[in-house]
Amino acid sequence: MAHKHETPSLDESFDFSPELRKKLIISAIIGIAMVALGAFLIQNHWSIGVWDSGHGAEHAGGAEHGGGDHHGTTLFSRIVANVWMNSVYFLGISVVGVFFLSYNYVAKAGWYTSFKRVPEAFPSFIIVPAIIMLALFLYPDTRHIIFHWTHHGIMEVGSENYDKIIAGKSWYLNFPFFLVRMIAYFAIWYYLWTQIRKYSLLEDETNDLAYYYKSRNFAKMFLIFFAVTSSTAAWDFSMSIDTHWFSTMFGWYHLASWHVAGLAAMMLAILLLKDKGYLKAVTFSSIHDLGKLMFGFSVFWTYVWFSQFLLIFYANLPEETIYFRERFTGHGGRYFAPFIINLLLNFVFPFLILMARDSKRNRMFLKLACGSILIGHWFDFYQIQMPGIAKDQGGIGIIEWGTTLTFASLFIYFVANQLSKANLIAKNHPFIEESLHHDI
Amino acid sequence: MTDKKYIVGIFNDEDVVMDAVQKIRSKGIKIHEVFCPYPVHGLDHALGYERPRMGIPAFLFGITGTCLAFLLTFWTLGVDWPMNIGGKNFFPFPTNIPIVFELTVLLAAFGMSFTFFFMEGLGPSVKPIIFDIRSTDDKFAMAIDLNKNTVSDSEITAFLSEIGAEEVNVKEV
Repeated sequence: MAHKHETPSLDESFDFSPELRKKLIISAIIGIAMVALGAFLIQNHWSIGVWDSGHGAEHAGGAEHGGGDHHGTTLFSRIVANVWMNSVYFLGISVVGVFFLSYNYVAKAGWYTSFKRVPEAFPSFIIVPAIIMLALFLYPDTRHIIFHWTHHGIMEVGSENYDKIIAGKSWYLNFPFFLVRMIAYFAIWYYLWTQIRKYSLLEDETNDLAYYYKSRNFAKMFLIFFAVTSSTAAWDFSMSIDTHWFSTMFGWYHLASWHVAGLAAMMLAILLLKDKGYLKAVTFSSIHDLGKLMFGFSVFWTYVWFSQFLLIFYANLPEETIYFRERFTGHGGRYFAPFIINLLLNFVFPFLILMARDSKRNRMFLKLACGSILIGHWFDFYQIQMPGIAKDQGGIGIIEWGTTLTFASLFIYFVANQLSKANLIAKNHPFIEESLHHDI
Repeated sequence: MTDKKYIVGIFNDEDVVMDAVQKIRSKGIKIHEVFCPYPVHGLDHALGYERPRMGIPAFLFGITGTCLAFLLTFWTLGVDWPMNIGGKNFFPFPTNIPIVFELTVLLAAFGMSFTFFFMEGLGPSVKPIIFDIRSTDDKFAMAIDLNKNTVSDSEITAFLSEIGAEEVNVKEV
């Protein structure tokens, strides 16, 4: 009964203990060590990963400059592909934090206010993938490995590498414009988040409604900017890897993937914090609503994924079907399993498990669904990016686990650090009462 | 008309009616229904309603739609008049999904609506009993069916006034 219960104290601070810091840093280092170990094992023809590429050693020995050679992938390509893929994936989860806040601000929603600080902490991680991605793009070797369109002479008439189709895209895919776009995404996303965060923290101290309106203005700006940049970022970071191919559904598809992964990460963070005794004021009604969003957007992702697939399947144009052909049977069929796992973990499993009302109020079921969605969307980005970058070197083994472990540890470190800097509940937010008494 | 007799307590406030529901139920008096001008959170729990089992008809109607849609596309495109579309085989799985999805949703939605109308006794010619017309405006009306209660008429009336009813009427239908 909504009007009867007592609300717990709103003053909570998250204790980011030195042990936890140490553990996270150590696991990040272990991740890097695992990448090195995996690379060493493959160099020596030993492979203990799942469907690992066995013939890496023939090409191994550092990066070749891919100028004249479009297919010269090496073990290094695989590592670069991993770093790029995880950067894009975790960048998405981070930026969805501010996306989530923004649409709730603009919708004047109140239900999420009690756990608002959790998505608010996510975007602090943007700087890490931003630095890594800029470095990978600025360094010529890695740039050529990731982006086919950056190859020397590919847009010059008369060059032996000349590609008419890619040259036609040179107005958009060129080095200076791409670099400017990348910096603009990272800088503006991050800046708008810092503003929203700043006013949210000021609100805690002064109880002044003016900060709420200021946050709303920044939320509006973010939504307008993100409406465009979520699509262009998807084209830049993921679609331009397969330079010839394009899909008008891709921006949505990419955003849907980011969004549902971000929601699952939020849910998991809230549940873990609740398990540790924090966030007592967050009711299971709010969690239920977040679970509904997760369920809805995992179906939305499937809808967009399938819309893209069906149109290409039905039209049956060779220049479009090549994208799926590459994932079905290309490179020795090594990308077919991730392609299928992607659908199972992102649609079938969460759909069945989150359907019932009770399971959206049950910690264990929610955690299972979160895990499935987070791993599933990792596979989604894997099958988006790997076939274009790592090609016949792709696999899932210690290298992949290691890279992901490093990124995940760093992400948790940044989020936990940000959480520890402020009260865990936005206690003076104008909608906090609504959230505390949220009852569905 | 039959000799159905209801006692209708009129309340002015959401909190009062919530308390009243609990007190009446704890006395062992069965409530026929509470009519409110707007949805009151937690009232369904207080009245002890069971969880709606609408999921069962939804699933059954939905799965019927799925099967019908598969039959339809399979019969028309695969058996009765096979057509070669884009060089694919005659019954490619992905092309059926939009039809299957639409018919599943359609049948589930219609099925749920009609199940609801049927279970609640709603229909074009049915005249609902209006216990108090003000319950559509600003009052909360609690109806108690006397035939289903063993407690005496006057006792209920007295108790209703005691727990905050503004007025207590008797409605015969």
